[in-house]
Amino acid sequence: MSFEQTVPYFEEAVRLGVKEFYFTGGEPFVNPDLPRILGTALQIGPATVLTNATLFSPELVRRLAALRDASIYSLEFRVSIDGFSPETNDPIRGPGTFERAMRGVRLLLDAGFLPIITAMRSWPIEQDAARLESFKTCLARAGYQCPRIKLLPSLKIGQEALRDHGYSQHDYVTRSMILGYDTSQLMCSNSRIVSMRGVHVCPILVDQPESLLGNRLSDAKPVFVLKYQACMTCYQYGALCSNASSAASGLEKWDQHGSD
Amino acid sequence: MHRLPHQVLKNGISMEAIEVTQGYGRQSSWYRIGLFGGAYSNYLALEALLDDASRRGLSSLYCLGDLGAFGPFPNRVCQILRDTGMPIVQGNYDNSVGNGFADCRCGYTDPRDNYFAKLSYDYTFQNTNSENKAWLKDLPPGLMLRIGRCRILLCHGSPRKMNEFLWQTTTSDAFLNWLLEKYDTDVIVGTHTGLHWHREPSPGRHFINCGAIGRPPNDGQTTVVYTILSVEIREPSNSEGPSSTCSNVAASGVKVDFLRLEYDYERLAFEMASEGLPEEFIETIRTGWWTTCNEILPAKERARGRY
Repeated sequence: MSFEQTVPYFEEAVRLGVKEFYFTGGEPFVNPDLPRILGTALQIGPATVLTNATLFSPELVRRLAALRDASIYSLEFRVSIDGFSPETNDPIRGPGTFERAMRGVRLLLDAGFLPIITAMRSWPIEQDAARLESFKTCLARAGYQCPRIKLLPSLKIGQEALRDHGYSQHDYVTRSMILGYDTSQLMCSNSRIVSMRGVHVCPILVDQPESLLGNRLSDAKPVFVLKYQACMTCYQYGALCSNASSAASGLEKWDQHGSD
Repeated sequence: MHRLPHQVLKNGISMEAIEVTQGYGRQSSWYRIGLFGGAYSNYLALEALLDDASRRGLSSLYCLGDLGAFGPFPNRVCQILRDTGMPIVQGNYDNSVGNGFADCRCGYTDPRDNYFAKLSYDYTFQNTNSENKAWLKDLPPGLMLRIGRCRILLCHGSPRKMNEFLWQTTTSDAFLNWLLEKYDTDVIVGTHTGLHWHREPSPGRHFINCGAIGRPPNDGQTTVVYTILSVEIREPSNSEGPSSTCSNVAASGVKVDFLRLEYDYERLAFEMASEGLPEEFIETIRTGWWTTCNEILPAKERARGRY
């Protein structure tokens, strides 16, 4: 989207009480307007960019640091890496991407950013501790001493469906599963994503025709039915696209405690 | 302070309504209340707070929840607070301990943070007696105060969710204005994140995180933070109608002061060690730097800490 295309959405977001912004793609830095768009976002609220960190130049990172310093809000970078070596990362992300991503991470660190290194869990959950330890060692070598790491559960769509056999025919969220479930931890209960096509329910489902809810944010407020198989992953893990600082684990709604 | 006999309902949330200035003098003055949260079993800081508030002549004190966690002997904070009879809002920790939930629902996502949260929760749960658990279970999730015409909503995380994080650098003015509008209030006060901050997202409307007295705010100092909220009350002019009752007084200003509280942190550290609580927690008490729960911090808050 061009800078001009985003302006009306920012204006509407403020009227609706927006809390924070996330930018994703593809690779968002392919868009030459992104720094300008981020500048507008950071005047309104915090912004997070989900990036592969391969397109950072010293000039770009300096410009981003200036945007950060001019705002009272946080500017976050979530850098997607899928392994802690070229041997484990590059088969998933492409040849040479590991070295380029680590160069991007070093540029961010030098500018005082603390990127959140994000990896999709392509191993059994019991191996988390060991994998994290290796990851931390690798990042320490790149100069990141207390790295921020976010592990994502595997969404079995696209390439990952081919690798991990996809969802089974039973992986659907049923009506009875929602009873008593705290839906406020699902991103689709409190977030929307804007693309050139309009407003979608969530970033995972953008390619589904029914994910398009309208042209304006205010058209896209109704509750979305969790009818896709990928919804199962959000149901199990909560707000997996949001940062840890914005996550809130399930909690009974207050009105269940209320006297009326 | 006068507790009204009824509960008020705000967007489905039942809250206790308190007309703070009922019976208060009619002269123009500042009415000052103390606000604190996140006691985390730090009964020594709580005792220091009560002394400090009394010395300063604060009109009343309010606790915003999370009585247990982190520190030793959880019954002590409960007992001190029950003895004072002060109004208390329920935090996620109180909700979990009171209802016997499996964890604290602090909202951590990192395995290391969750490891320490579990140690802390299991210790607190095992060492809280059943009478205190029943008491924690029944604490209200919110309080509505009225000082003059100033409406103040006290909650733990946010008015809409007890364990929602509202950090200084990730909470937009637009969102704060939306909350203030939705909950029909002039001031919202919370504590959950343990880091104090204040902003006026639109003129005359405020969000305050009153800080936590249980552990220092990750800035290398051993002191902890509580808040004095001052509301200016003046007699209405003649054009505003008769001033025969105190509820006609107008609030024309709000001041927020964060206070640093000294307490015997070496004694707390010693007692935490004697109770077998993690060395990492004790380091935080002794150094003023957070050693755990860092993964939930936004970038700017994280950059201010040591780890």
